[in-house]
Amino acid sequence: MVAAAARGAAPPPPVALRVVASFSILADLARVVAGEDASVAALVGPDADVHVFEPTPADARRVRDADLLVVNGLHFEGWLDRLLEAAQYRGRLVVASDGIVPRRRGNAIDPHAWQDLRNTRRYVENLRAALSLAAPLKAADFARRAAAYEVALGELDARVRARLSAIPPTARRVITTHDAFGYLGAAYGIEFLALQGWSTDAEPNASDVARLIELARQARVRAIFVENISDPRLAQRISAEAGVPVAATLYSDALSRPGTEADTFLRMFEHNADALAAALGA
Amino acid sequence: MSGYAVLVQPFVDFAFMRRALVAIVALAVGSAPIGCLLVLRRMSLLGDAISHALLPGAALGYLVAGFSLVAMSGGGFVAALVVALLSAAVTRTTTQREDASFAAFYLIALALGVLLISTRGSSVDLVRVLFGSILAVDDPALLMIATVASATLLALAWMYRPLVLECFDPAYLRAVGGGGPAVHVALLVLTVANLVAGFQALGTLMSVGLMILPAVAARFWASEVWSLGVAAGLIALLAGVGGLLLSYHRELPAGPSIVLVAGAIYVASIVAGRRGGLLARASRRRRWRGA
Repeated sequence: MVAAAARGAAPPPPVALRVVASFSILADLARVVAGEDASVAALVGPDADVHVFEPTPADARRVRDADLLVVNGLHFEGWLDRLLEAAQYRGRLVVASDGIVPRRRGNAIDPHAWQDLRNTRRYVENLRAALSLAAPLKAADFARRAAAYEVALGELDARVRARLSAIPPTARRVITTHDAFGYLGAAYGIEFLALQGWSTDAEPNASDVARLIELARQARVRAIFVENISDPRLAQRISAEAGVPVAATLYSDALSRPGTEADTFLRMFEHNADALAAALGA
Repeated sequence: MSGYAVLVQPFVDFAFMRRALVAIVALAVGSAPIGCLLVLRRMSLLGDAISHALLPGAALGYLVAGFSLVAMSGGGFVAALVVALLSAAVTRTTTQREDASFAAFYLIALALGVLLISTRGSSVDLVRVLFGSILAVDDPALLMIATVASATLLALAWMYRPLVLECFDPAYLRAVGGGGPAVHVALLVLTVANLVAGFQALGTLMSVGLMILPAVAARFWASEVWSLGVAAGLIALLAGVGGLLLSYHRELPAGPSIVLVAGAIYVASIVAGRRGGLLARASRRRRWRGA
């Protein structure tokens, strides 16, 4: 009796808001804005490829139990609609890219909008608004953290702009494994050529490979980058044949594991910028 | 564009095209004859099944050694071999036919593999790492398929008579003491080796495609086992070169193009093949009726 009374003495802790984000970058942004007021989980974890993700029943369960679901939108998560149906999700959903003007090629949309920091600010704002709706009592804290993060993003933008502007104009072309950096290229004036298009599930063809090798041979491409989520073999082949070295790894659609060099969005962006600048002679 | 520019220049200009060509030659020399034997034994669907059967071995390799390509492809090879040998054992000791026992074991292996991968909790796509692409064949992969092709040719030359006998009249082979089980096992080992090496270098579609499609097409052109093998090899070569050039000039993905060219040759063989093709049979019927 005494033991039971002792056990039942403390009141149960308040249930934190349960946020599920579709992938690691969104999860990081959500964690920053929500702080300790929410538990955030990602469906597609670090170093994993969202384009070819296949949800499991455990993912459906996680979604069903969530209070707020954060997704990128722009057709990035092709598996999402089916997962939402399977999980019978009726909770809140926030599309992080709401209000962004995406890059287009004909009818297709480039989903990698977070690679432009101005868009990332929009993501943070959308997250803040959605979290405040889901937990109105904490709205002030969310707003405070979001504002602080937006300042950090602004400082990051200035630093990156300064570093990348030092790259000579003839060196502003690189090859990556898939076309994930269009927004970054547009924002900072670097041309990204890719082996695969906006999604990673297409097979490359000989004509594209030949074209990239030609460009690299004529020294019109200075560096080749592999990404943390892709198979490096084709990039290595092109590098060997064109005599252009494979520079560092770039982080495109996923953060790196916790405790490594790109485990938060800010560190990821900074790492990518440094790798680009170093490879292109800035 | 001149004929040279269309047919030869791409290979002269680019090393990756030459390497792809070497890989195709290795497949044509090693896998195509094996494919003929499989077709003769009514095991044409084996290739696809093997690509799934290697999954538990690859998963175990990953669990033991992480993303080591050696561990994963070694594990995959062992798993596929175990499945093939178990099904052969069941076929030889029970009344069950080869395709049935193989189907059963590969499904078990596939489910086991998926289970092993899922229990790890991560959505790691092992299989994509295991399967290569013909445009990205690196030196170790090239060496591997060339070695396997050479070993296959030597083994086929050494075991030719028992192999053929085992395909057509295993009772006779047993009667003359020809070591039936050993030959059967040898064929399975060669098949799995060719497939696993092919998967890693070129991916499943190309590896299975160039093993089976040329063999089935060759049946419309040749009638002896040796000439079947030669015909299949030539068709595989033609398909490989044609598909590569198509990919180069028409910006189509390489693997599917090669297999589709092989498929087109197959369809053409159905119509125009000298042995049992539609036109040949029609003209023969006309000759009988005519006179």
